[in-house]
Amino acid sequence: MSETTTNGTGPAAGGLGVMPLSSARSLELVPKADGPQSAKDFKSDQEVRWCPGCGDYAILAAVQSFMPELGLARENVVFVSGIGCSSRFPYYMNTYGMHSIHGRAPAIATGLAASRRDLSVWVVTGDGDALSIGGNHLIHALRRNVNLKILLFNNRIYGLTKGQYSPTSEIGKITKSTPMGSLDAPFNPLSLALGAEASFVARTIDSDRKHLQSVLRAAAEHEGTALVEIYQNCNIFNDGAFDTLKDKVSAQEAVIRLEHGAPIRFGAPAEDGLGAKGVVRDRATGDLRVIDVTVEGTDEVLVHDARAASPTTAFALTRLADADTLHHTPIGVLRDVSRPVYDTQMADQLDQAVQQQGAGDLGALLAGNDTWTVAG
Amino acid sequence: MTSQVSSPIDEEHDPAVAGTREVPGTAGGQRAPGKETRRLERVIIRFAGDSGDGMQLTGDRFTSETASFGNDLSTLPNFPAEIRAPAGTLPGVSSFQLHFADHDILTPGDAPDVLVAMNPAALKANIADLPRGAEVIVNTDEFTKRALQKVGYPASPLEDGSLDGYSVHQVPLTTLTLEALKGSGLARRDAERAKNMFALGLLSWMYHRPTESTEAFLRTKFARKPEIAEANITAYRAGWNFGETTEDFAVSYEVAPAAAAFPPGTYRNISGNLALAYGLVSASVRSGLPLFLGSYPITPASDILHELSRHKRFGVRTFQAEDEIAAIGAALGAAFGGSLAVTTTSGPGVALKSETIGLAVSLELPLLVVDIQRGGPSTGLPTKTEQADLLQAMHGRNGEAPVPVVAPATPADCFDAALEAARIATVYRTPVILLSDGYLANGSEPWRIPEVSELPDLRVRFASGPNHTKADGTQEFWPYLRDPETLARPWAVPGTPGLEHRIGGIEKQDGTGNISYDPANHDLMVRTRQAKVDGIAVPDVVVDDPDGPDGPDGTRTLVLGWGSTYGPITAAVRRLRRAGGKVAQAHLRHLNPFPANLGRVLSGYERVVVPEMNLGQLAQMLRAKYLVDVVSYNQVTGLPFKAEQLARAIAELGGVSDLDAAGELDALGEQGRSKGQERTDV
Repeated sequence: MSETTTNGTGPAAGGLGVMPLSSARSLELVPKADGPQSAKDFKSDQEVRWCPGCGDYAILAAVQSFMPELGLARENVVFVSGIGCSSRFPYYMNTYGMHSIHGRAPAIATGLAASRRDLSVWVVTGDGDALSIGGNHLIHALRRNVNLKILLFNNRIYGLTKGQYSPTSEIGKITKSTPMGSLDAPFNPLSLALGAEASFVARTIDSDRKHLQSVLRAAAEHEGTALVEIYQNCNIFNDGAFDTLKDKVSAQEAVIRLEHGAPIRFGAPAEDGLGAKGVVRDRATGDLRVIDVTVEGTDEVLVHDARAASPTTAFALTRLADADTLHHTPIGVLRDVSRPVYDTQMADQLDQAVQQQGAGDLGALLAGNDTWTVAG
Repeated sequence: MTSQVSSPIDEEHDPAVAGTREVPGTAGGQRAPGKETRRLERVIIRFAGDSGDGMQLTGDRFTSETASFGNDLSTLPNFPAEIRAPAGTLPGVSSFQLHFADHDILTPGDAPDVLVAMNPAALKANIADLPRGAEVIVNTDEFTKRALQKVGYPASPLEDGSLDGYSVHQVPLTTLTLEALKGSGLARRDAERAKNMFALGLLSWMYHRPTESTEAFLRTKFARKPEIAEANITAYRAGWNFGETTEDFAVSYEVAPAAAAFPPGTYRNISGNLALAYGLVSASVRSGLPLFLGSYPITPASDILHELSRHKRFGVRTFQAEDEIAAIGAALGAAFGGSLAVTTTSGPGVALKSETIGLAVSLELPLLVVDIQRGGPSTGLPTKTEQADLLQAMHGRNGEAPVPVVAPATPADCFDAALEAARIATVYRTPVILLSDGYLANGSEPWRIPEVSELPDLRVRFASGPNHTKADGTQEFWPYLRDPETLARPWAVPGTPGLEHRIGGIEKQDGTGNISYDPANHDLMVRTRQAKVDGIAVPDVVVDDPDGPDGPDGTRTLVLGWGSTYGPITAAVRRLRRAGGKVAQAHLRHLNPFPANLGRVLSGYERVVVPEMNLGQLAQMLRAKYLVDVVSYNQVTGLPFKAEQLARAIAELGGVSDLDAAGELDALGEQGRSKGQERTDV
């Protein structure tokens, strides 16, 4: 077997160790592919073992066909996952990958991304993995703003353990573990992420490949942690959970497509070609509400600003959806702001230490200052 | 003065101990004539006060002075978990014990010769540990009615005769400090805080300690508050001068450097946690791997995080995680990426990390898990020592998840143990648990500073190309194809073209690493992971047995220990041997796997005594593996064994009947005193 040996005179500068001082864009330090790539390049030789009809297939295909767009050297891409159906994802990507333990993927990926800025690190997780057992790691990853892209497959159910309610299930959900209905209120993952100081928050849907890929693109370009919630259908234990958003007719009322810089309009087209409904700020409460623009006029319709410094409006947008009917569910990039990136700053501190004190001298470190000598 | 072995110094005889050391605040640095100086072989001093009195700092400074003077030494800091427990109460007492000598010593000492008690609580909490005749220096200013009542003294022990058996020095430390600082412009409260430096100055005078380093230390520590630095130095000098001038202190003591105890070399004093941190940095340099520490603050391990966070210029990344699980998770992620990955914690943290350690076993990635053990279970005794995580380290995971376990024996040995743990982790691609403890972590001793070139070569080999040829002749990479000798799998780090692979906690097919639920494959993989750990090359355990086990007069008793009990056990064995007892001693650094010769060693003795600061965890492992009827001797007080107590226990449990004469057991504790100038005590 061919191997390379490390140099036992300290970590190599510019290799795995100290990176050059730079405030890189998210992928600037990741080596690029030699030539053009195709989706096939990202398919591993492993048989995909999700249930037939699972929404995960669509997401996998979308990711595999999106990756060539990034043009990254495949060996510098890593997918890390936790436990659950979605967390099998890395096995099917012909990149480096780790299928870890329940809830811990953000922590593991943080260590990898913070120590290897030449990698593009992706986390694949589910609603149980990310929001129940791994909730703590998720919020702290978002707070730190490590250069990670977190894909949260939300099917509002526990699939791999066969159908218990999840932290995103609606109240009153009848499942194997809640025969009389679940009692606890669900998390809204995007509200949670915004509360955790996330610098990038987006939502998309498994079946809408074009939209999904556009969100992935924005996430990949974002510096720092990106949280992408992907509504994903579990056709075995929670089939049709997002049908309202997928059916062309009902989607008109239900889905609010957000685009940075565009007025937030949705619904059947009005005379101006845009949706007949719009989102405005209520003057009395400051909250957002949906209006009928044909009646109230278009002037007051909110223009979506994903780059707004304050997360307040983005938060309000996450609260528009009706928990039961899913009406007024915003999709797209809710927030995309620039904030110091943990791994960049960590590397900068190492560089600074070298600049200020010189590279480490092990002999001098061990010797210290207070010594005495015993003569032979 | 019966507790201190002393003799008048003949200054002509030994210029090295003449009282001509440069001292502060005295013209020409000369000691006043007319005061007697005696020579001692060894001294045990305990500083005790409120947890806010600065006793740890005082002890540290006295230790530094002593180290730079060239004595051998061993320290035992002992403090409550509360940062500032209610003032003047027994639970709030913080102490620092220092044993120093002109010969090699192994423990912080059983019983103090000198107790410095800054208040009634400190006196009450510590007086029982003092032998009759010991010197007690008390700060009389603090012996107020209220302070006495607070700790349940019905009358002042300074007046009721209860201290009659001791040599008591009543010193108004606070008043004297305030007087010395009159005119310094400091508020009374600030000036009072310097009383620990007054005490340090007095003790430095009593024991002829060099003083330059403490003054330099104070100037550096308070560089931004020069008035505070000067006040502390003034108090320190005043304490020194007080000893020089007051009649209460008629005698001062010399303890000559322990030149014969140390092989040639350059030395420094070092604590276990600092040595461990240096060992990790050294392992990083010698392996060529960047160091990544994922850690969550926990006593008594946090100092390693603090220390490593200061060494960024060595490329050291320290990550303070949101919890113990994230700390090890991040470390494991960094290990996947090719770092030398470490997580540091204590027992409760290991419990939380168990699942991730199991993942690391399954992924077969190098990872160091450093457990600075403390009293348990649960939160237990955060600041006290214990060895009760051994079985957790061995077995505290689901499934068959063997993990190598390494334990340092002394504070300085933490350095070598860290390098050894790194060697095992990187060569065998496995998590390794390093079991230190609170006693080693905070205790200190002289350390011969090694040359960098002496340190082990830890360079690792990363996979760089395919390792398997398919039937059709094409080459591919199998992440679980093993090195036939070590059974280690290849370490292929992301960024290496052509070696893209996926690993995970699900059972993997031998070789390919693909998911496999095949029964025979699982059986093979479980056995292979076990065989890999069982096959780790570790050095044989060395037995110290001057008489040997063979023949009718051979040694019949072996004392076997592991980890931080090395000092007390060795001290106890020395005592027994001096009393004529035949005892063999061996100490385990490798708890998993055991050294290959251990079974033979155990079967060579009639009795095997295993002292442990737990309820017999190593004993249980030895019984299970070797079917040897070892005798356990246990203590879980949160404190290390005392040499005398251990010597008695070993003599009794080990059936060491060949001691010199009648009453030999009683003599065990008195060896140092009864044999005069011989280098007898440890």
